[in-house]
Amino acid sequence: MTLVAFWFLVLTVLWVGFLVLDGFDFGVGMLHGVVGRDERGRSAVISTIGPLWDANEVWLIVATAGTFAAFPGWYATMFSGFYPVVLLVLAALILRGVAFEFRSHSESDRGRRLWGAALTGGSLLVPFGLGIVLGGLLGGVPIDSDQEFVGDLGDLLAPYALATGVTLVLLCLVQGATFLTLRTGGAALHARARRAARVLAPVVALVVLGFCTWTRVESGNGFLLSFIELAAVLAAIAAAVLVHGGREGAAFAATSVTITAVVLSLFTELYPRVMVSSLGAANDLTAQNTAAASYSLTVMTVVLAVLLPVVLLYQAWTYVVFRGRVRGPRVDDGGPGPDIPAPRREQVAAGGAPSGDEPAEPTSPATTARAVDRRRSPGPLPVRRLATGALTLLWAWLLSQDVPAGRPPRSR
Amino acid sequence: MSTVDLARMQFAGTSIYHFLFVPLTIGLAFITALLQTRWHRTDAPEYLRLTKFFGTLLVINVAVGVVTGLVQEFQFGMNWSGYSRFVGDVFGAPLAMEGLAAFFLESTFLALWVFGWNRLSRRVHLATIWAVAAGGVLSAAFIMAANSWMQNPVGYTINSAGRAQLTSIGAVLTNPVFLRSFVHVLLASLITAAVVMLGISAWHLRRGSHAAAFDRSARIALAIIVPATMLNLLVGSELGVTEGKFQPMKIAAAEAQWQSCQPCSFSLFQIGGGADDHDPTKILQVPHLLSLLATNHWDGPVAGMDELQAQYEQQYGPGDYVPNVFVQYWSMRVMAYLGSLVLMIGLWGLWRRKKLADSRLFLRVAVWMIPVPFVINTAGWVLTENGRQPWIVQGLQKTQDAVSASVGTTAVVVSLIVFFVLYGVLALVDWGLMARFARRELAEAPPAEDRAEEPDLAPSY
Ligand code: HDD
Ligand code: HEM
Ligand code: HEM
Repeated sequence: MTLVAFWFLVLTVLWVGFLVLDGFDFGVGMLHGVVGRDERGRSAVISTIGPLWDANEVWLIVATAGTFAAFPGWYATMFSGFYPVVLLVLAALILRGVAFEFRSHSESDRGRRLWGAALTGGSLLVPFGLGIVLGGLLGGVPIDSDQEFVGDLGDLLAPYALATGVTLVLLCLVQGATFLTLRTGGAALHARARRAARVLAPVVALVVLGFCTWTRVESGNGFLLSFIELAAVLAAIAAAVLVHGGREGAAFAATSVTITAVVLSLFTELYPRVMVSSLGAANDLTAQNTAAASYSLTVMTVVLAVLLPVVLLYQAWTYVVFRGRVRGPRVDDGGPGPDIPAPRREQVAAGGAPSGDEPAEPTSPATTARAVDRRRSPGPLPVRRLATGALTLLWAWLLSQDVPAGRPPRSR
Repeated sequence: MSTVDLARMQFAGTSIYHFLFVPLTIGLAFITALLQTRWHRTDAPEYLRLTKFFGTLLVINVAVGVVTGLVQEFQFGMNWSGYSRFVGDVFGAPLAMEGLAAFFLESTFLALWVFGWNRLSRRVHLATIWAVAAGGVLSAAFIMAANSWMQNPVGYTINSAGRAQLTSIGAVLTNPVFLRSFVHVLLASLITAAVVMLGISAWHLRRGSHAAAFDRSARIALAIIVPATMLNLLVGSELGVTEGKFQPMKIAAAEAQWQSCQPCSFSLFQIGGGADDHDPTKILQVPHLLSLLATNHWDGPVAGMDELQAQYEQQYGPGDYVPNVFVQYWSMRVMAYLGSLVLMIGLWGLWRRKKLADSRLFLRVAVWMIPVPFVINTAGWVLTENGRQPWIVQGLQKTQDAVSASVGTTAVVVSLIVFFVLYGVLALVDWGLMARFARRELAEAPPAEDRAEEPDLAPSY
């Protein structure tokens, strides 16, 4: 595989990661009013994603920055071309992002309602807007031979693009619903989450079938679904069946597979193009004619190979730490917050989260004395001082390096 | 107004806004980690209270820092597609690395810290806040490498398509401008957070609430402010010398120095000096100081703007290569004078450290100091970015060629209004919240305790 193709694949994976993971955040955001119903319920529902959504959103940031780095021409045309839609997405991301924090600190019912509405609306508009963008890549927008977008808003809101937006919203909804069936414990909450999933899943299965067919037609390949599109439809049907059978874990897996397959199908139908021009195939942006040069792709590949596994490891660990169900009023085991001044340590029930390697210390005069002792003990301190000293010296050295003066004049 | 001006206004506005939250996040993450480490070592309950107190401010602040950063990430493509096409090969790499190395780390571990109080062991929990602090530093590193490349492009060639192409990532990451401005920004972040911490502690000390705890936090803040400010004055002047080599026009404009001089004096104030007044009235000149600042030598020569303009016209063709001198001159002075003021206040506080609670005047001044670091930071960025004009990438691309060709004025006006309104609302709510939490009593209602009573009312941060 060439580096360029590899980076197209990386971006596909990043979009899949984003839509599968942040997908349930959007779904939960849209559903929190319906499933939560009253204030306690709504808060409990939101708390299922409280610790997770921010890191999930970083997948989008990395996908965007990755596009900038690997396909600057694509990045430039996509975001300047889809300007109004991207603006909408940004406004929605802003409102959703602050809604979590601001809602939880609201002192009035009105404030909470307001930020709750921002959460619902933002969670709906982000997948809708991004769907318009992704659909537009394949459906085609007017792009001239200089790779510049030359259309207007009407060109962006083509039927296929809008259909992609609606499909993504529905996929996020069902993903959120199956996620909630897994994470809610209280009987009433859980029942409502299940009902939502049961209503949504068959609808989504139908929509996915329709959408995949349209995708196939839109990319000029006839009606016969590709293997990936078939997988998307089957997974969506499986999700509907599993939801009705009460197989919650499997149902969530099925909706995740559905999203994965739908995104994969969009990107495979697109490749080797990255943006279709409605003004003729000669103007299409392709992976090749928008890509960065091989040196920077190589650098990025090395960085990705080192960092992505680490990121996946600690993100997986987060899911282990925050697993378990949220019941109406109590979160998970309902342990009280840390007591002041005698902090307790509580391990997560079974396995998974690493436990401290010291025995728990009840706070007593003895412990305090020991803590003070530990502070005085010279043990690790010299090492740390040495390291700090060495680092400071290194910086000082780098700073004192004289600036190489007088380079040849640069010119284009 | 042209599309370029509007796009510049939008980028300047959104970046300045983003950077109100950024230094506080970076600094507060470090300070919170420091406080929690003290608690871990000593088990003193005040430290736990202080950790939670300042940690809550950190979390509220991050919420807005994150969403405003998101906007930045998309803006290069939206308004500056000419720029994105031209530099993406070089500039995109550090941006993507920032996402992979820093943003994942920051967001994941901040969530672990906020929600992990009774799920993680004390040690692991302490490690999570240090990971957040490390994320902030990493993020600053990559973004400053990207920004420094715009000030002093290195490690690239111009390819056959006329675009910049990366040839050495090592050169980009050891850019002399980057090494200095990175340290300068980290120290600025520490100073920002420490001044805020001092101000809040002073507010509580004046009311006599939790004197023991806030006396400690005030002293910690002072112990950070004084050395960090001193160092930053040094790093700043070193940065000036570096810029003098690569962007002499920037430094000449910062001194409103139209004629070349040797030795050069530094004026404390001046009247006039705009584009049509090449001989401003300088008031209170300090002999030799400019030579010293710009070249590190007592008698160093400083090229004036007239000479540089002539030189650039020869090198790059006809055009106006002088940035806005008024803005440049005053942003430099605001930064340097207010920076020195912070140092003085810090020294004053250090001198009174044993009886802070009784130094009523000092406490009052310390509260009023809270906005000052934000003004300094903004001035510093205006100095950096305005001084680069008319270039967007020094010597390689002009700002007017960088703007998106396909985006009309209407689109930029609409987005400007949208951001203006949204950011206005965020500012009101965020600062309202910060003020509310900053004034909270420590023991009566520490943030984590009401979470414990009502875990479902405030579980999502
Ligand atoms: C010196 C530091 C610095 C500077 C100059 C910038 N940022 Fe920033 N940025 C941060 C330091 C930072 C941070 C401290 O890491 C933030 C603030 C709050 C946070 O959580 O991370 C952040 C957040 C943040 C986020 C959200 C990350 C998340 O979701 O966790 C994005 C996408 C950006 N920034 C992007 C940018 C871009 C494109 C910039 C250039 C114009 C920029 N930032 C300037
Ligand atoms: C480190 C990341 C940054 C990058 C990559 C960056 C890049 C840019 C770009 C692309 C522009 C628009 C073109 C131009 O006017 O030259 C700009 C302008 C500007 N930026 Fe930055 N910027 C960064 C950080 C900041 C920060 C943090 C601030 C403020 C706190 C800031 C303040 C400004 C200002 C005031 C302008 C307008 C200058 C003018 O047009 O006169 N920048 N910068
Ligand atoms: C508390 C003190 C200070 C703070 C908080 C501060 C803050 C900042 C910030 C945030 C920037 C923009 C980011 C950058 O390019 O690094 C900046 C730039 C700059 N600062 Fe400071 N500063 C301080 C003191 C000083 C002093 C005393 C000097 C010089 C005597 C100085 C010289 C500079 C220069 C020359 C730049 C422009 C760098 C460039 O063009 O890339 N700073 N400052």
